[in-house]
Amino acid sequence: MEISLTLNGKTVKAQIAPDTLLLDFLRQQGCLSVKRGCETANCGLCTVFLDEHPVLSCGVLAARAAGHQVRTLEGLQSEAEEFVGFIADQGAEQCGFCNPGFVMNTIALLRENPDPTDDEIRAFLSGNLCRCSGYEGQLRGIRAYLDWKKKGGADRGE
Amino acid sequence: MLSIGQYVRAQSLEEAYTLCQKKSSVVLGGILWLKMQNRTVGTAIDLCDLGLEGIEETEEEFRIGAMTSLRALETHPGLNAYTGGAMARCLGSIVGVQFRNLATIGGSLYGRFGFSDPLTLLMALGAKVELYHRGVLELEEFAALPFERDILVRVILPKTTKGAVYLSQRNTATDFPVLTFAAARRPEGLVCALGARPGKARLFRDEEGILAGGITPESAETFGRWLADQAALGHDLRAGEEYRRRICRVLARRGLLELAKEE
Repeated sequence: MEISLTLNGKTVKAQIAPDTLLLDFLRQQGCLSVKRGCETANCGLCTVFLDEHPVLSCGVLAARAAGHQVRTLEGLQSEAEEFVGFIADQGAEQCGFCNPGFVMNTIALLRENPDPTDDEIRAFLSGNLCRCSGYEGQLRGIRAYLDWKKKGGADRGE
Repeated sequence: MLSIGQYVRAQSLEEAYTLCQKKSSVVLGGILWLKMQNRTVGTAIDLCDLGLEGIEETEEEFRIGAMTSLRALETHPGLNAYTGGAMARCLGSIVGVQFRNLATIGGSLYGRFGFSDPLTLLMALGAKVELYHRGVLELEEFAALPFERDILVRVILPKTTKGAVYLSQRNTATDFPVLTFAAARRPEGLVCALGARPGKARLFRDEEGILAGGITPESAETFGRWLADQAALGHDLRAGEEYRRRICRVLARRGLLELAKEE
């Protein structure tokens, strides 16, 4: 079957099998930030935006995404780059495999709630698993980013 | 692995109903549980074009389309005001935000899964389901029916309860529940639902009049013990029967005392 969707702002048309997962479709389109993790819709590694809502691309049929807007980290570079440095500063990632999913869902969180409490951050990111860290590094990184933004975002203290 | 022969976006409920009469057909909800199965599907029927997504609130009830995401229910101000936050509490522990943006209330209820958090809460709240062929029936009645090839169109939640509470016990924060408990004050009296027994949720009423004199620490404790004795509990990979029985007493007591505080 043929589908057409908007991927990172560009119209994409492709022939797919009816059971193709959005995860596989996006990787075939070169969006390699979308990682295959648990494949049981539990780990958050394959997070993408479907019509600006964060979803697990391993749990969406590509056919269902037809006619919709899909965004991956490749299409959110400018929004992401502002804060990923804070994650790195905290040594929050070790192997880095979970990072694209974390970044995507953090962007979703901050769009919905620009000034979250630590508990709100933990709750929103509870669907993103990291097997290297204890999540405290990511929390510190996000908190440092938010504090930096509150101060006007000028001096990162580098 | 899920294998699908044909994907169809139904353009009417009649089309979806006709297509789903075939044994090899499946109506798609959020797909999250379906895709975990090793199964070959002839025709996958998607209801996403039928406008079944959204929550409508009137003076008398909420009308929730079957394709509404769990996240939409979790964050709906009207539903949370009506349930005293029980709706958000019920759904907020299900995996993660990305999962709940996909999972649909129709899929969650139609499957009548033992682990379903919303089945437990909505049953206690006296919700009804509207099926395309069978019509409107109580969720409690629907949960007890054998599986039929029908389409769940919407959930109707009448505004008849005064106060609700929801509690669950989980081995880890976002895992399936070991036990779920919900209670609501209905016009006919207090009703509670127990789910993840590990079987599907069931309703219990205060048949012994334990709470007739009001909810106190003593009556809540007694009711919890009575409920734990009444309920058919079992064991699975997550918990044993005796553990569930003990948790049942605690959840019921805590839940009832929370409900009493809301008065």
